[in-house]
Amino acid sequence: MTLTTTGAAAALPPTPGQTVGPFFHYALPYDGDRQLVAPGIPGALLLHGTVTDGSGLPVRDALVEIWQADPAGHVVQRHGSLRRDGHAFTGFGRCSTDRTGRYAFTTLRPGSVEGGLPFFAVAVFARGLMHRLFTRAYLPLDGAEPDALLRSAGDRSGTLLCVDDEDGLRFDIALQGERETVFLAHPRAGR
Amino acid sequence: MSSSRVIQGAATRHPSTGLVHQHVIDEEIAEHRRAYEAAGADELQPRRDYAPYRSSLLRHPTKDLHHADPEGVELWAPCFGERDVDPLESDLTIQGGGEPIGERMVVTGRVLDGDGRPVRHQLAEVWQANAGGRYVHKRDQHPAPLDPNFTGVGRCITDDQGRYRFTTIKPGPYPWRNHHNAWRPAHIHFSLFGTDFTQRLVTQMYFPGDPLFALDPIYQSIVDPRARERLVATYDHDLTQHEWATGYRWDVVLTGSHRTPLEGDLDVERSEDEEAGR
Repeated sequence: MTLTTTGAAAALPPTPGQTVGPFFHYALPYDGDRQLVAPGIPGALLLHGTVTDGSGLPVRDALVEIWQADPAGHVVQRHGSLRRDGHAFTGFGRCSTDRTGRYAFTTLRPGSVEGGLPFFAVAVFARGLMHRLFTRAYLPLDGAEPDALLRSAGDRSGTLLCVDDEDGLRFDIALQGERETVFLAHPRAGR
Repeated sequence: MSSSRVIQGAATRHPSTGLVHQHVIDEEIAEHRRAYEAAGADELQPRRDYAPYRSSLLRHPTKDLHHADPEGVELWAPCFGERDVDPLESDLTIQGGGEPIGERMVVTGRVLDGDGRPVRHQLAEVWQANAGGRYVHKRDQHPAPLDPNFTGVGRCITDDQGRYRFTTIKPGPYPWRNHHNAWRPAHIHFSLFGTDFTQRLVTQMYFPGDPLFALDPIYQSIVDPRARERLVATYDHDLTQHEWATGYRWDVVLTGSHRTPLEGDLDVERSEDEEAGR
């Protein structure tokens, strides 16, 4: 037996990304993709928003994915995100934007994982966007102290916060422009 | 962050389509290449700000990405299993009532993380045009035939070694309106998950020797030639099946995982003798 690697010393260069293109709609969306829970169950809330480009216009061919902890702050490791049984909460959702650039998930409020501020991890894909973008949609702070990431984002940190509205939680994503969302780079991601 | 220059001027546009000519795009591609070579720093990923691909102009972030240490849910990925994907979904040639038109082929390879560990039991999704270069999408108005026996969509779960395998039809190149007479090299879209959410990747696999490579601003948005070539599959005659299908091999490397690996995560390769002696 041969170990082909022993760790970071043998780091492989990552495969480059490419755009999701305009024609992913018959491949990536699926029944129930945006319903992490059935609408109307106790605790169900809407996480929604609009994806806009640098001219403020809606991006009609974006795909937004969320990945989140359950309300108790557990990171769920269950199958069934693609074929929902209506009961299991898997924590993963996928939603393509509509003609108005809007996405919407029916889900549960994520809990705090190991004492951190609760947030939805978000990935954004679109025609014209060569490589996915990551961000975080934090729950409204409601008096909680900002964490290290929010502090380091300074006056742009507001773009990382959901706001309460009459439908649930609103999180708008601006790929470019005055309120350009803070997008994240993680160590080890390569350049 | 540098802002891409778009070469302007009436003489650069085609009189009937109003789109810029290929030579204009070629000049912009060459300018990016020169700037990259002059800078002397390795770029492993495509440029999001890449004006030769016109749709990127208003859709790339203008501010540098913000460095963040992954935490909480980001250190994990959603998991998928037999409940999510039927094994038959990996054969794109059996989804209709009959045989799709085109060159039948097998595409296989491994999904590894940046430390060489196989990405096991994770979801791989693909989508592609048919042999005529047409997508099953209402906005694809390219006047090539739809194939009633080919939807161009497949899924599978990687195996214990991180392998994926699809049976499909070789996609055709197709025109698009980025510029006048723009054609995409034939490609298959891939969507992949790792063991961390930060490893999520959507990319495209291309075929060796495609004459459209140099002309295509999406492929060229990866300015480093070695990085770009990582998207090109290898023809593998041992994978090719007698009187049935050609074979292509293509491995995908996601970024490194941020979690501390468990011993069982290490990529263990057994020699043939050891395999036989098990």
